[in-house]
Amino acid sequence: MSFLADNFDLLRDAFLTTLALAVVSGICALVIGTLLTAMRVSPVKPLRAAATFYVEVFRNTPLTVVFFFLAFGIVEIDLQFPSRFITAVAALSLYTAAFVSEALRSGINSVPPGQAEAARALGLDFRQTLSTIVLPQAFRTVVQPLGNVWIALAKNTSIAAGFAVTELAAALVRLSNQNADKLLAVFLAIVGAYLVITLPSAWLIGVIERRTAILR
Amino acid sequence: MSAPTVLFDIPGPRARRRHRIGTFVGGLVVLALIGVALWRLGANDQLDPARWSVLFDPNSGVPQAFGDALVNTLQVAAVAMVAATLLGALLAVGRLSDHRWVRTPVTLVIEFFRAVPLLILILFCLLYLPTIGIAIGPFGALALGLTLYNMAVLAEIFRAGILSVDRGQREASFALGMRKYQVMTLVLLPQAVRRMLPVLIAQLVVLLKDSSLGFIVGYFELLRQARSLVEYFNSKFGDLYTFQLYVAAAVIYIVVNLLLSALARYVERRTRTSTKVAATAEVELPADVQMGGGGGAVPV
Repeated sequence: MSFLADNFDLLRDAFLTTLALAVVSGICALVIGTLLTAMRVSPVKPLRAAATFYVEVFRNTPLTVVFFFLAFGIVEIDLQFPSRFITAVAALSLYTAAFVSEALRSGINSVPPGQAEAARALGLDFRQTLSTIVLPQAFRTVVQPLGNVWIALAKNTSIAAGFAVTELAAALVRLSNQNADKLLAVFLAIVGAYLVITLPSAWLIGVIERRTAILR
Repeated sequence: MSAPTVLFDIPGPRARRRHRIGTFVGGLVVLALIGVALWRLGANDQLDPARWSVLFDPNSGVPQAFGDALVNTLQVAAVAMVAATLLGALLAVGRLSDHRWVRTPVTLVIEFFRAVPLLILILFCLLYLPTIGIAIGPFGALALGLTLYNMAVLAEIFRAGILSVDRGQREASFALGMRKYQVMTLVLLPQAVRRMLPVLIAQLVVLLKDSSLGFIVGYFELLRQARSLVEYFNSKFGDLYTFQLYVAAAVIYIVVNLLLSALARYVERRTRTSTKVAATAEVELPADVQMGGGGGAVPV
């Protein structure tokens, strides 16, 4: 137990950094992913093609490579993110947005066609149909998949450790170097910290899903 | 919703003209951005052909090194794929067991390994196992970590597949007097695997992507190899080939993954047209399954 007390500050800061990374990237990914989905079902063919291209590329690139590119690649075109934290948020958001878009698209596919047809018959245009009729129903059906994306994102934040963001995985490496005799305690503390994020999330997702479920 | 066109009316002549103008302007903006990026790259001398030719020059040793790294990547991925698939199938059957003393521990194992970041699992294998007398190298740690994480994910995929087989199939088999293991191996699994094949391959793509974590544990897969090449060339010529080598590693990853994804789509098309899967319901791929368990590059 003295181990926990000795390193409480480091663990707390690391935990909060991980949480902040996950929350900020999650919100950004949700916004970008929704825009991508709108592009993928839009009437304009080039927009569809561009969004599909984006999703295909990011789904097939390891997150590590995305990080590498944003941390070291864009320096070559004279760009740089203001801080490492923002670099990590950008990489996580861009990567996760592709998966949000995939989940949301399957949600749109599950909305009965009659809904959109009725909306069009009422004279709504594409933007109105999507934002007032189709997307609200689509979001309800993909609570579970989106929740899983969120949990995967929370776990994916561990990659930021390789790019000098002091979150939980980086704390793990630092602590295991200092406490070689208490490795098991170090691992348990870090795993516990991740579970503190993922388990309540899983429970909350279940609650939201039950609340928002549509009976058809 | 079958066709996306349900969402909008077929564009008329004015809308089409607007789209064309928008496309033209948007295309110009994109071209301009690419142009600026290329111009900056050129201004930093990154487009110098001499810098790129090193990637294809056998005398520099770079193509061979990347070839070896690709083989290493595929090797560890292949071992983990086979082990994770077998263990995942066992766990799935265990989780569907009628006996609570089998079901409960198996469920706990699956949920635990799904909840822990892959990076932490691999570090655990690499750092902790040797201290309790289990000698394990970078290859073993990476393969074991990938296996533990992916067997849990695959178990969930298999379970979804088995549950998606029409209930009548199971009931009919029991009515015919089959035993439980016969129902599972002769009736349910063959249909479930067919249904699961595209999802299974999608997960194997993720596994291949996640093998880039070998970077952390000092296993010479593509990214690590690129890094060591960069260090080698930096010591010899200065910061000359850094950008090119990383780009090459990224391109190899993307090409291999796209090939595997194309295979998944091909298999999906074939299974969809097959009449033998008529008895199974549509199965959705859990979205987290595609995302990987958390890759990371921690210089240890």
